[in-house]
Formats: sequence, C-alpha cells, structure tokens
Amino acid sequence: MTMLEIARGPAMQVSILIMVGGIGWRLAGILLLRRRPQRAAPRHGFVRRICGGLSAILSRFIPRRTFRRGTAVSVVLSAVFHLGLAVVLFGGAPHILLIRQITGLTWPGLPKGIVVMASGLTLASMIALLVRRMTHPVLRLLSTVDDYLSWLVVFLPVFTGILLSGETIGGYATLLSLHILSVELLLVWLPFGKLMHGLLVFAGRGAMGVTFARKGAAT
Amino acid sequence: MNSPVVAPSRAATVDDAGRVDQAMRGFLAEIGSGAALAMEACVHCGRCAEACHFYVQTGDPRYTPIHKIAPLRQAYQREVGPFAFAYRLFGLTPRVTAGQLATWQDLIYDSCNMCGRCSLICPMGIDIAGLVEQARHGMFDAGLAPADYLGVLAEKEHATGSPFGLTRAQFRDMLHQVGRTHDVVMHVDEPRADIVPTVSSVDLKTYPASMAAIAKILNHMGAAWTFRTDGFDADNASLTAGDRAGQRAITLSIVRAAMECGAGTVVMPECGHSFTEMRWEAANTFGRSLPFRVLQITELLAEGLADGRIRVNRVAQTATYHDACQLSRRGGATAAPRVVLHALGIDVREMADSGDTGWCCGGGGGVALIKRAQALRAHAFEIKRRQVEATGADTMYTSCSGCRQTLDHGGKSVNWTTTVASLLELVAANLKD
Repeated sequence: MTMLEIARGPAMQVSILIMVGGIGWRLAGILLLRRRPQRAAPRHGFVRRICGGLSAILSRFIPRRTFRRGTAVSVVLSAVFHLGLAVVLFGGAPHILLIRQITGLTWPGLPKGIVVMASGLTLASMIALLVRRMTHPVLRLLSTVDDYLSWLVVFLPVFTGILLSGETIGGYATLLSLHILSVELLLVWLPFGKLMHGLLVFAGRGAMGVTFARKGAAT
Repeated sequence: MNSPVVAPSRAATVDDAGRVDQAMRGFLAEIGSGAALAMEACVHCGRCAEACHFYVQTGDPRYTPIHKIAPLRQAYQREVGPFAFAYRLFGLTPRVTAGQLATWQDLIYDSCNMCGRCSLICPMGIDIAGLVEQARHGMFDAGLAPADYLGVLAEKEHATGSPFGLTRAQFRDMLHQVGRTHDVVMHVDEPRADIVPTVSSVDLKTYPASMAAIAKILNHMGAAWTFRTDGFDADNASLTAGDRAGQRAITLSIVRAAMECGAGTVVMPECGHSFTEMRWEAANTFGRSLPFRVLQITELLAEGLADGRIRVNRVAQTATYHDACQLSRRGGATAAPRVVLHALGIDVREMADSGDTGWCCGGGGGVALIKRAQALRAHAFEIKRRQVEATGADTMYTSCSGCRQTLDHGGKSVNWTTTVASLLELVAANLKD
C-alpha cells in the first residue's frame, strides 16, 4: 500500500472517526451539564430573544466602533486568514472536486491565480498571527501549547497545499500524500483544542445574545 | 503586586490544603453548560484586554479579563470539562494551588468591576463578568475575599442583614429622622402597600437625601407605598464579595418583605448591582417567578413621567450622564434615564462612550470597598474624567450611589470642578406641585 493509498484510505477513515467522536464527546460534555434556570420575567419575548442571538452571531464579526482601534490588527489579520482559507477551501478546483465526490454538490471554481493569491495571504497572515502571539504581552500571557499546536496543524495543510499547487518540490503523489496527511492531522486535533471554535463560536455568541436580549441589554 | 489577605474570620481555621478544597468546591458548584461553553470557546485572542480600563490605562497584561479567571478555567478543565480525565491522567493541567489563589486575589477582586465591557468585545460571546462572579464564590469560600472593607461588610451583612449592622429599629429611626429633616412623610412597615422601595447602604451612609427623594416622589404619585424594615438594604455586598449564602439571605429578605405586604412592585434604589441581583437573579434564588415586578428607580421615574403620575418642571441645564454598568450594559435599563433627562428638558451631552459601551466608574463589583485598589480606581477615573470634560458639561448625573461615591472621591483627588449628582434627587427637587 502506497503512502497516498494510506492517506486516502485508512488514515482518512481513522481521522474522521476521531474527529466525529471527539466533537460529539466534547459537545456532550458541555451540553449535558445542567442549565441555570432563568426564572426572572424577561424584558422581551421569544422572538426578540432569538433575534438577539442571531444578531450576536452576525455582529460579533466586526467589533463595535469604540473597540475598533484597539483591535484593528487582530481583526484584520484574523479576517484575512479566515477569508483566505475559505477562498482556498471552497474556491480551489481540487477541493470542489473532492466535495463533489463526497456530497454530490458542486460549483464553479475560482481562477487558479486568485486561489494562489488567497493561499499566499493566508500563509502570510498565519505567520503574522504567530509572530504577534509570540511578541504581544497579552497574547504571550494567554497562550498555551494548544495555541501553537493548533497553529501548526492549520499551517501544515496550507503550506503543503501551496507546494502541491506549484509542484515545486518532490513528486505530485508525495506532495498530495503529505497534504492529505496534514489535513488528517488537523481533523484529529480539531475536537481537542481551540480549533473547535469553528463550531463553538456560533453556540457561544448565540447563547450570549439570547441571554442578554432577555434582559433588554446590548448583544 | 499586593499581598493576599485572608478574611480574619477564616485565617486561623483553614490551612492551605483546606483553602484550596473550599475554593475548588466554590468554583465548580455552579458550573453549568453556559459557563462551560464560555470557557471552552475562548481562543486566547486577547481582545478583551482592550475593553478593560485597568489594562487600557496601565498596559499590564495581567489585567486582561480572561486571564483573571485562569484558576476557575483550570479547575473546570481538570475536574469538569469533557476531557477532564485526560487532563488529570496525563498531568496536562495541574491542580490549583494555594499560592495561585493568593496571587489571583487582586485580579479577581481588586482589578475587576464586573462591568461586563469585556463581554461586549469578545468575538466568542463569552460573558467574562459572569465567570468572575463564579470565581469569587470559590475565593470567598476559601476565605480569600479582601479582608478589608469589602470582606468586613459582607461578613456583617451575612450576620445581620445589613453591611453596617443596622437593626430594624435603627433603620426605622433613621427613616423617620430623614423624613423630619427633609419634611417628607415616610411610610414605614405599613401592613399593605403597592410599592416597596429599598435602599442602598451607600445612601444610608452617605446620601440619605436620596431616601427622602424616593419618599417625596412616591407621595407625589399618590402611591400606596412603604419601606419595610424586614427587607430594606438591597446593597448586597455579599454578592460582590462572592458569599452566596449572604447574597441569598439579603435577596430573600426583600422578596419576603414585599410579599408580606402584598406589593406589586419592588423598587430598587440608585444602585447597580442590587438591581441586577433583584431583577435578574432573585427569581432563581426564590425558586419561582416573583409575585411582583422589579423596577430600578429610574425605570419607575420614566414610567411615571410617561403615564403622567409624575409631573416635573423643566430644568435649563447642560449635563452629561454616567451609565452604571449594572443598570445599562448588564441590566438592560439604558433607555430609562434618558427618558427622564429628556422630560426634565436637560441638554444631555453624551460621552464618547456612553450607554451600553460606557466605561465603568472604577468602583463597581465591590472594588470601591477595597482600600488597596485605590490606585487602580484612579486609573479608571482618569478615562471618565477625560470623557466627561470632552462633553463640556459641568454636571454629571448618575443613577447609582456607588458610582456617585466613587466619582465623588475620584473628583476630590484631582480637585475636579464637575458636579456628580443623583438623577433621582434631581427629579424630586423638580416635582410640580
């Protein structure tokens, strides 16, 4: 069995199994804890509270005006990284092909030049985020092994993806194997570290929004 | 860093190991899915630092809000979280230590007003102020509430129902004395009443005229009302100290007093934390919906002005308004004071950050009662001073006696010419005959 066959076969199956199981375990561990009762008469009805949750989910992408100056670097770098990654993931022809094979869904890919540029921006923003984390006093204080490990398991697929698209070094099969294996590493780590924020962000913002809307407070 | 101080009542009876055990039980006692979600969601982005006046003014990363609850997160991760077994098995997260708790005392108490500004900036929607409140439960249980004013007041409140140890008779005498001084009829311990106002211990000690103002307005409205000496002090120093039993006792005494006289409305004084406690937490403490509604005094004023029960003369004045965090950002009563100011005809000049995003006075969360935090409070006051002066107004109204006192003290320390005044007292002074 070649490395590519291992990457596409058993390694993929195992990594997906760990990811799904891990996500389920972590979500259950959170959601099965008891919920604090909310017996006070709400200031707003059900619809307003749900709107508060939805509003928080959407509005927290961009900080309020008063916070923008202090968070500008963090917000811009994070936005470039996330948007760049989204363009590569959902605009790159090989990824669309993979999604079609799995789900049957498909859409036109973006020109390769745009995807390459997005990859470069993603990589650059990741390096800038890492440097910032290692040098900013607040981030240095808050950072844990999880922060650096999560950075690494995202960096590797992006980096190997760029190598693969240009076929700059090594053979295609080797680069593709490394790319797939790096993605599998990401899938394995996803449930256990901060990468879970991809799911928890919506739950966290939504729950906070509903709670605050109940009080008639800003979400 | 300030040296940690153990509450005098517990210092001699609990060793370090016992203290850690008590803190852990306190930390974890109320961890539910909401708190778990909040702690699991943090991505360590550090943006919350930019919302905290203590970090913004000092640049000290220790004041990053999410860092202040590190022992709580550590306890959660090791004992309750989904992968707690792995964290323990592989030693990935160590036990919380007594030294750690001592180190964090000034972060959980002195440098957090529980103002919730950080909750507005968090991209993950984490209510850090709520987590700080939970962290304080563990700290209090371990005897690590600041042992000076805050700790002493909370202990006295726990024991007597009043942070100053006032008895019912003393409170009754004080109310009648205030009534005589301000020439206003006081209703005390009436057997039946529609409205029961409560008071803040800050008012009792520093601003007794505010009690006369409440009485004057309720008399003006023609309401059937009464102070109740069996449930009068809403201040709830226990809440900010982290004493759940004391917090519960104070809350329930007011609930029972209001029920005793069949009140339909309980009015909370110009006090931020007492409002959020009674408005949003009392029903949970009581175990079911409250049989009366809870209004902050400013909400009652806005309601009375809207329906004509309160009629006021217009005041030709330019002023700004300081939002108490617990009333606006944490309590949802941001609009009411502006309705009142508008009805009075005041030219309101809002600060650059006002309403939901306003900066805390620096005294909230019991920080005003921690002597060693005075230097930190001065940092917070500096932001407020700049923003108030930028409005050009020479008077700042507020609806929280705690904020008023903190801002008064801050102003005196820099010979500030701006007057800090009570919105309630302004209304009382301008009622139409």
